[in-house]
Amino acid sequence: MFEDAQRPATTSRSVGHPTPGTVVVRIAPRRGWVPLDLSALWQYRELLYFLAWRDIKVRYKQTALGAAWAILQPFLTMVVFTIFFGRLAHMPSDNIPYPIFSYAALVPWTFFANGVTFSSTSMVTNSNMISKVYFPRLIIPIAAVLSGLIDFVLAFVLLIGMMFYYGLAPTRAIVFLPLFLLLAIVAALGVSIWLAALNVEFRDVRYVVPFLIQIWLFATPIAYPTSLLHGIWSTAYGLNPMVGVVDGFRWALLGTKMTLSPAVAVSAIMSLLILVAGMYYFRRMEKSFADVI
Amino acid sequence: MSDTAIRIAGLGKQYRIGGPAGSYRTIRETLVGLPARPLRALRSRSNRAHTDESFWALRDLTFEIKRGEATGIIGRNGAGKSTLLKILSRITDPTTGYAEVHGRVGSLLEVGTGFHAELTGRENIFLNGAVLGMKRNEIKARFDEIVAFAEVEAFLDTPVKRYSSGMYMRLAFSVAAHLEPEILVVDEVLAVGDMEFQKRCLGRMSEVAGEGRTVLFVSHNMAAVTRLCRQAVLLDAGRISAIGAAPEIVGAYWQGEHTNAAERVWNHRAAAPGNDAVRLLGVRVVDENLNVYPVVDIRHPILVEMEYEVLEEGHILVPSFQFHTESGVCAFVVHEFNSKWRRTPRPRGRVRSLVEIPGNFLAEGIYSVTAVLGTYVPFSVHFYEEGVVIFQVKDSPDGDSARGDWAGPLAGVVRPVFPWRTYAENSRSGLGDAE
Repeated sequence: MFEDAQRPATTSRSVGHPTPGTVVVRIAPRRGWVPLDLSALWQYRELLYFLAWRDIKVRYKQTALGAAWAILQPFLTMVVFTIFFGRLAHMPSDNIPYPIFSYAALVPWTFFANGVTFSSTSMVTNSNMISKVYFPRLIIPIAAVLSGLIDFVLAFVLLIGMMFYYGLAPTRAIVFLPLFLLLAIVAALGVSIWLAALNVEFRDVRYVVPFLIQIWLFATPIAYPTSLLHGIWSTAYGLNPMVGVVDGFRWALLGTKMTLSPAVAVSAIMSLLILVAGMYYFRRMEKSFADVI
Repeated sequence: MSDTAIRIAGLGKQYRIGGPAGSYRTIRETLVGLPARPLRALRSRSNRAHTDESFWALRDLTFEIKRGEATGIIGRNGAGKSTLLKILSRITDPTTGYAEVHGRVGSLLEVGTGFHAELTGRENIFLNGAVLGMKRNEIKARFDEIVAFAEVEAFLDTPVKRYSSGMYMRLAFSVAAHLEPEILVVDEVLAVGDMEFQKRCLGRMSEVAGEGRTVLFVSHNMAAVTRLCRQAVLLDAGRISAIGAAPEIVGAYWQGEHTNAAERVWNHRAAAPGNDAVRLLGVRVVDENLNVYPVVDIRHPILVEMEYEVLEEGHILVPSFQFHTESGVCAFVVHEFNSKWRRTPRPRGRVRSLVEIPGNFLAEGIYSVTAVLGTYVPFSVHFYEEGVVIFQVKDSPDGDSARGDWAGPLAGVVRPVFPWRTYAENSRSGLGDAE
C-alpha cells in the first residue's frame, strides 16, 4: 500500500537509502513549475479505476432511466438536428443520410462535452478527499473523463445499429477508429484538466463551462460537414481539436471523402499541446489546492 | 537499519489570511486587478504590512522520530498540529524547511474519506481502501477481517446512506484500521463515535503501536496520548514548546493551559452551559475559607464548588463531580447523595453545592474536574462540563503524609493515610503500636 512512497515524490528527491528497501521521501517546498511525474499516476492506476467506477455507479444509481441516458442524450440531439438542420435547413451531409451523419459526430462529441462538464467541477466535488488524503491530484479529472467511456460505448452500440439500418458497411478505414477515440480522449482530458485546475481558484468556471460547450458544439462540424470550408480555412479549422475527432469518426465509419486532411494533424497537435500544457499548469497549481479548496 | 523514521528540520508553513489571495478569486477580480498590478507592486514595496497578511501555522520545527516509536502531538486548537500532519501526509507543502520520511506513510486524517452515500458497504470498502492507498488484492485479502471488525455483515449490500451513524463510523474505521503502513499518521479520528467504538479504535491503535510501527498521533485525549505514546511533542502557536516523555509533556500542557484554572465563571447566562431548567454559573476549587485554591497541600481538605441558577421549579437535581488525573484516569466520581436536598426539588434561584475531599486522600498530581448536573427520573443531563477546573495537589515534604520519608516518585491515584500496626516479637516495650 502507499505505493507512491515506493519512489520519492516528484519534487522530493531521494536522499540516500539507509538500507535497501527503505523508502525515503523528502517533503520540501516546491516552487514554480514542477515535473509531471507520470509514474506516480501509473502507481495510482487502481485508484483511477475505482474513482471512474464510482463516478459511473453513482451517476446512474438514482436515475429512473439509468444508463439509457447515455444513448438518449446523443440520440435525441440527433433527432432535433435531423429535423432542423437536415430537413428544414437542407444542410449538406456529404451524401450520407443526415441522421447517421450527425449521430456519428454526436457520439464522440457527447463524450467530450460530458467529460469536460463533469470533470471541470470534479476537483471541488472531491475537495474532501483532496484535503484529507494524498494521491496524484490529476487522477480526479482523468477519472471523471474516463468514466464517460462507458456512455460512449453504449452510444456507439446504437451507432453500429444505425449503420446496419442505413446499410452502411464500414470501410477498411475503421481500423483507425481507435486512434480517433484516443484523440477524443486526449482532447477531452486536455480541456478538462485546464478547467478543473482553474475551477479550484476561480469558481466562475462552473458558469463558463455550459456556455463554452454550447459555442464549441457549433464551432465543431457536427450539424454540418467540414467540406463547407475551403483552402487554408479548412486547415486552420483543425485548431479546434474536436474537428479532427469528428472528421476522423466520419471518415473511419462512414467513409466520407476526407483527404485525411492537415486539419486532423493540426487537431492532434493541438490536443496534445493543450493536454501537456494543462498538465503542467495543473501540477503548478496543485501545491495550493489543499489550501485553497 | 537506520533508526530514524521521520526527520523534520526547520519546517514552517505560512498561510495567507484575508488579502487578495485569501479566498477563491473570481476571474473578474483578477482581470480588474491586472492593470493595477504594477501599481500594487510599487505600493507593496513601500508598505508591505498591508498586502502581506499572513501567519505562520508552523515555524521552525525541528525534531526526529525514531523507528517504532509512537509519538503524540498535543497542543491547543490552532497550535499547528493538523498542519504538521497535513505536511507529513503530503497534502500540503511546507513553506520552509523539509521533512524526511523513511518508510511508507499511511495517513488517517479522517475516516471514511471518499465514502459515497449512494454506494453499498461492499463498494465503499473497495473505494475507501483504494483512496487510502491499498491495492485491490490487499483489500480483497482483508475484506472479511474488515467486515467482521465493523460488524456490518448483514448490511454489506445496503447503500451506506441507510446505515446508522454508528455503523457508518465502524465501517469507515475498520477499513482504515486495516491499513498496514510503516509509519501511521493519525489525526483526531477517535473523537467521534460512541464510547464502545472509541475503545475499539484505541485498542486497535495500541495494537499497531505495539507491532513496532511508527505512529504519529494527534489528539486532545490526553489519556489516549499517555497510554499509546512514549513520546510527545507539545506545540504552541506553531512552535515546539516541549518535547519528551509523554506523561511529562501532557503535564506541562495542562499546567501551561490552566494557570489559574481553579475557577471558572460564566457571566452571561446565554453562553453558560445548561438548558432552560438550569444554568451553570461557576465552578471553583476552594479552601476552608472559600478562597480559590489552585495548589492544594495534600494534608488539607479540598472543597469543590458548583454554583448554578435554577430557572424552573420542580426539578430534582443531582450535582456530581468527576476527577481525572493528568493521564486521563478517572480517580473517582462523587454524587451529592447525603445532603438534605436529596430527592427534593430545588427552589428557583442561585444554588451552591460543595463537596469536600478530605486531606490525605488524592495523591500528588494535577486533577481536572468535570462538573455534571443531572436529573435521574426522567433521566436528563442539564450540563456536563468536562475539565472545567484544574487543581494541583502537592505532597508534604515534612514526612507527615503517606509518603513518609520517601522522597522519590510514588505511584497511585490516592494517597490515604491509613493506620499501621506493627508487632515485634522480641520487643518487650512494643513501641506503642500494639493495642
